[in-house]
Amino acid sequence: MSYLDNPSSVLNLVTDDEAHRDVYIAEDVYELEMNHLFRNTWIYVGHASQIPNKGDYYSTTISDQPVLMVRHTDETIHVLYNRCAHRGTKLVTDIHGNTGKTFRCPYHAWTYRTDGTLLGVPVRDGYEDVSFENSFASKGMTAVSNVCVYREFVFAKLQDGGIEFEEFFGDSLSSIDNMIDRSPEGRLEVVGNPLRYMHHCNWKMLVENQTDSFHPMVVHESSAGVVKEIWEDMKSNSNATPMAVECIVPFTSPYSFYEKMGIRTWQNGHGHTGVHFSIHSDYTDTSGYVDQMKEAYGKERAEEILNENRHNTVYFPNLMVKGPIQTLRLFKPLAADRTLVESWIFRLVGAPDMLLERTAMYNRLINAPTSIVGHDDAEVYERAQEGLHCTNNQWMNFQRHYFGEEGVAPMEEFPGTTEAQMRNQFRAWKKFMFLVGDQSGVQA
Amino acid sequence: MNLTEVDLVDFVIREARMLDEQQYEEWLELFTEDGIYWMPLEFGQTEEKLTTSLMYEDLLLLKTRVMRLSGKRTYSQLPKSRCQHLLQIPSVDKIDATNNDYRVFTPFHYVESRNDEKELYAGWMKHSLILEDKRLKIKLKRVDLVNCDSPHRNIQLFI
Repeated sequence: MSYLDNPSSVLNLVTDDEAHRDVYIAEDVYELEMNHLFRNTWIYVGHASQIPNKGDYYSTTISDQPVLMVRHTDETIHVLYNRCAHRGTKLVTDIHGNTGKTFRCPYHAWTYRTDGTLLGVPVRDGYEDVSFENSFASKGMTAVSNVCVYREFVFAKLQDGGIEFEEFFGDSLSSIDNMIDRSPEGRLEVVGNPLRYMHHCNWKMLVENQTDSFHPMVVHESSAGVVKEIWEDMKSNSNATPMAVECIVPFTSPYSFYEKMGIRTWQNGHGHTGVHFSIHSDYTDTSGYVDQMKEAYGKERAEEILNENRHNTVYFPNLMVKGPIQTLRLFKPLAADRTLVESWIFRLVGAPDMLLERTAMYNRLINAPTSIVGHDDAEVYERAQEGLHCTNNQWMNFQRHYFGEEGVAPMEEFPGTTEAQMRNQFRAWKKFMFLVGDQSGVQA
Repeated sequence: MNLTEVDLVDFVIREARMLDEQQYEEWLELFTEDGIYWMPLEFGQTEEKLTTSLMYEDLLLLKTRVMRLSGKRTYSQLPKSRCQHLLQIPSVDKIDATNNDYRVFTPFHYVESRNDEKELYAGWMKHSLILEDKRLKIKLKRVDLVNCDSPHRNIQLFI
């Protein structure tokens, strides 16, 4: 039997504190996730700084849908499906580019304005008396109608109806706010292309790991532990702790450290580690950045911004931002057992280069396919993807620190090594898999 | 001491062999104290520190990699990876004894294998070498993958 024949049966695969292996390994469950969950939720598309000028575009995907984000002639940002209305050819294939005032299809030269409307068709009289005006093609490139640009972060929801942007994210937007506020000018800029790291595992394993404070001291003993050891040996000859040591060594912090860091959850699957402090709390500033912030915001407000050291904030379903180090990771599902992770970095506009240098270093040390930290993470996810094929036990366990009655308040706090945020994600998974009244699995 | 083109070519070929034979302690000795191993993320990248790279590592980080590879709890190396370099004949771009500046350019194919997976990478490596105590040392090794910006699986050893 396929879950596609009875879509609502997938809701039985997730309990309050366990998840059946099929939500990780079954292709038909993955297909339902793409057709429902990823259409019913607000998905991160890109950042406005990627398309500063009119005609600039950025091409990407939302679930399995090719889309592009473009700056229209009136400066507004549009998200369009990346296909020619005529016969389906993708209109752009570069990741970033400038299309001028129009998109032109390389196949039959149909042209579109940058809001997607059809501009021209060569030798148009061939379409007289064929009811062209009633066709899908005549409508031009389809625009995603639900787009929200929140302080230059562009999100889209493919399905009409359902939850509004503000309600979906609620107070969790405070993590994005904090990352932006860390710029003395209150502005971020994407720098360079993202790292692209391919994993042979389900996308949820990666998202779950973002708030898994029960693994670093185990999985990363081999990398962070070794840096610590080598640094202990070397440091007698050196005054300053190298940036790389500051970035990696905190991963070896003991259980008690992570327990006290705390986890905060919000409604609809969002949450973050590092409520009280985090592995990012103790970065050295030798650049004058802190003074610059006090100048820009006043002492009190600057301290408030900089003392917020949230570690990882998960925006359900597939985004993570790390405010204190200005990185963003997008977990793009490609199949039940394939996930592409993109890791982006931002410049705090107006801040000294030292901060960008640390951000770029952090990204390559932790998020790259060449990362000694990432290697062991990938190893455990992929072992799980294979191990889940054992049929005797078909369940993933998420009971750590589960005392019942979760997800009631708008915001809840837990000891840091809890699996509460994973349970929170699964509650959202069930909530957004099908809109109310739509458990048929048939798209409108 | 006058270095010839043959000396420089030999150095690059010997370095690749050390990596294939996983003689890492010996390999680390090839770097100067401030030596750097750089693998850019973007094609033709010129910025070293203010944008993302795949690797930009000093001796501290290179030593960490080497030590980690043999760790008992290095799960991604259980079982271990193997690698093989296939080098085109290196071309010597610069021999400048006065400024102690030697440059070698080497196209390569590189295979890394672990469990049942085998990945092929192709690209170009550029060695910037200097003479130190009568031995050639690596000041900068830059590795440009032909598909540096593609999605990659784990690359765990050294190209």
